[in-house]
Amino acid sequence: MHSATARPSACPACDAAPAAEALAAKAALPDARILLSVPDAHCAACIGTIERGMAQMDGVRSVRLNLTLKRLSVDAKAGVEASAVIAQLDRLGYEAHELDPGTLSMTETEKQGRELLMRLGVSGFAMMNIMLLSVAVWAGADGATRDMFHLISALIAVPTVAFAGQPFFRNAWKALRAGRMDMDAPISVALILTLFISIYETLQSGEHAYFEAVVMLIFFLLAGRYLDFRARAVARSAAQELAALEVPRATRLVGGVETVVPVANLVVGDVVLVRPGGRMPVDGEVIAGKSEIDRSLLTGETLPVFAGQGVIVSAGEVNLTGPLQVRVTAAGKDSSLHRMADLVANAESARTRYTTAAERAASAYAPTIPILSFGAFLVWMYLSGGDLRLSMNIAVASLIITCPCALGLAVPAVVTSASGKMFRKGLLIKDGTALERLAEVDTVVFDKTGTLTMGTPVPTNLDQHGQDVARVAMALADASSHPLAQALAHALRERGVTPAPLDALSEQPGYGMEAQWQGQRVRLGRAAWVGAQARTTTAAYLSLGGETHAFTFADQLRPGAADVVAGLQAQGKSVWLISGDVEGAVQDMAARLNITDWLAGALPQDKADKISTLQAAGHKVLMVGDGLNDTVALSAAHVSISPASALDAARAASDMVLLGRDITPVADAVRMSKTAMKRIRENFWQSGIYNVIFVPVALFGYATPLWAAAIMSISSISVTLNALRLK
Amino acid sequence: MEVLAILIPVSLFLGLLGLGAFVWTLRKGMYDDPDGDSQRILDTRYDDKPKPVSPKPEASESASGDK
Repeated sequence: MHSATARPSACPACDAAPAAEALAAKAALPDARILLSVPDAHCAACIGTIERGMAQMDGVRSVRLNLTLKRLSVDAKAGVEASAVIAQLDRLGYEAHELDPGTLSMTETEKQGRELLMRLGVSGFAMMNIMLLSVAVWAGADGATRDMFHLISALIAVPTVAFAGQPFFRNAWKALRAGRMDMDAPISVALILTLFISIYETLQSGEHAYFEAVVMLIFFLLAGRYLDFRARAVARSAAQELAALEVPRATRLVGGVETVVPVANLVVGDVVLVRPGGRMPVDGEVIAGKSEIDRSLLTGETLPVFAGQGVIVSAGEVNLTGPLQVRVTAAGKDSSLHRMADLVANAESARTRYTTAAERAASAYAPTIPILSFGAFLVWMYLSGGDLRLSMNIAVASLIITCPCALGLAVPAVVTSASGKMFRKGLLIKDGTALERLAEVDTVVFDKTGTLTMGTPVPTNLDQHGQDVARVAMALADASSHPLAQALAHALRERGVTPAPLDALSEQPGYGMEAQWQGQRVRLGRAAWVGAQARTTTAAYLSLGGETHAFTFADQLRPGAADVVAGLQAQGKSVWLISGDVEGAVQDMAARLNITDWLAGALPQDKADKISTLQAAGHKVLMVGDGLNDTVALSAAHVSISPASALDAARAASDMVLLGRDITPVADAVRMSKTAMKRIRENFWQSGIYNVIFVPVALFGYATPLWAAAIMSISSISVTLNALRLK
Repeated sequence: MEVLAILIPVSLFLGLLGLGAFVWTLRKGMYDDPDGDSQRILDTRYDDKPKPVSPKPEASESASGDK
């Protein structure tokens, strides 16, 4: 399982001692306020367990888990350290990472959200109160009563527009100064012009004032903006957390003394210590220690590789069994991790900025509003022989009726509804335009290790071994943290095998486990060390009484892998399998899943090139991958998905994250994105049809404030209901 | 029609009251964790008695953080 190996903080106690110095500075503050990311928290029981468990810690004053952001804030007495809190959370069964409270405490995103919500609330309450008065006017109030009602409405509407309309005014100003025309410019013009005309009409005891229409327009548009914002806020904060997490540290050895330093401070020639379970912080050469390393996230290879003196390691690989001393050969910008990041940056800049359907609709629609309204003004000036007041009134009525309040809701309502449904299925949409891009996909490329498979080996031939062999193997395997040994012990325990009693159990890092059983030496480990003939497949070997036994392993298919491939093929998508693994394994997997197009032994750049070739041929590619070797391909593809177990870099590069173990939601997502796009198009049509019907009414001068208010609410509600139809 | 002189101020007052309540809930950070709030109702910890007020209430820091 990746979550077990891919945890740099797997041993919080080891880091505690040196980290204490760094945190001593913090201790000077009267209160410690610690922010942690807890990615696994998801339910009421989690809240209870975490808050109750943390409250028992010494010095902790109050704890609060924010489930939306999956973030835990701990208020504690001075001297309580983040590492201790992380250790406590680990005991409770939750993975946690420290976040930098400075960059996160009140982020720009949160401030924006609150601001939008405040404006939405103010315009909502203002709308209700004005509507109260307007209904009386529509019901027949006239004379002094009507004028007074209009006046009170004006008193409410003017400050409301001044406060709640700011986002539109600001955007419009920005766009106009840059010489662009966007939706906010006509909206702003409509808001201000309508407000002034209405005030003028009120002062002239006119019959029609559009105060409620103005405030209602703001309310519905803000509602659309807020939905849009909410759909992206979760993802944006996740990205911020990723950035806040990036304080990678390494243990530097100087004359036998260990110091924890930021990776950025390492220079070529330094010696770093990498403990079992830790990730290589730099590229380097092993100078002492023996171990095995897991390269699967970098290369897609499933087999752990032996690492001893002289072996070259790359940043990002995971050390499995024994401590290693590594001499740094490339650090920082020169390391392979950084080169990968550069490739990703290149691929991302090559991807052209995607124009969403909403933007296309807005750019087509925006100029028609002022043109129509100004045209109406000129025509009526001519027809009425220069009646400025009448012409102004008609121009304003057509302006407010053409204003696209349903258009503003058309996309966000569908996207919110779709991302909510997908989230419940286990897919988190990180990028706002991902849904639209996903709908255009016709080719799906899968990575193998960790994506279509779990990346965890499962023993395949347990039935071929006798009782004693199984019992000894289990006792040996249970004492090791090596993934193969763990998988073996787990599988044997599930079969009800009891471990054999062993003496003198010891682990030889990089080779295997050794012990005495009934007076004879038993070994479980690598073929050569045990004295067995190595097989071509992944296997662990046991020597027992002069005989050797091989336990073979296969990578376990991710649940739903067969379904997702079949589902996508049924939808008419062509499916590719591209992996860095050896040809045999890839071919075997492709055959099992009924995939005809596959590519083995692909380097990171090969994967990206293959995707570019496909896209150059006019295909839209969805890339699903998890490894560091996939990041370039993920960012080169039209749209990309990675599982939650993926490396941070891969998750950051992808547009959607698969939260659960099951991969089936990918096929659902592709299908759902299609229906979502259909709903969006329907919504455009709907709001368009309202305009086609009511714009002439306004142009001929029959529109009243009641009409405007009714059309606005009906079209907004019908658009929202249509979005909720999404299945 | 004289009744309007009472009803209009009353309706305006009620509207302002509602707005005030909304602003208060927003400042208190009650919309910060919609997912958590919907789950916390299942929590049995404070069923017998309310949660004791912590010495350092959260409100102070969220209010100061606002704008």
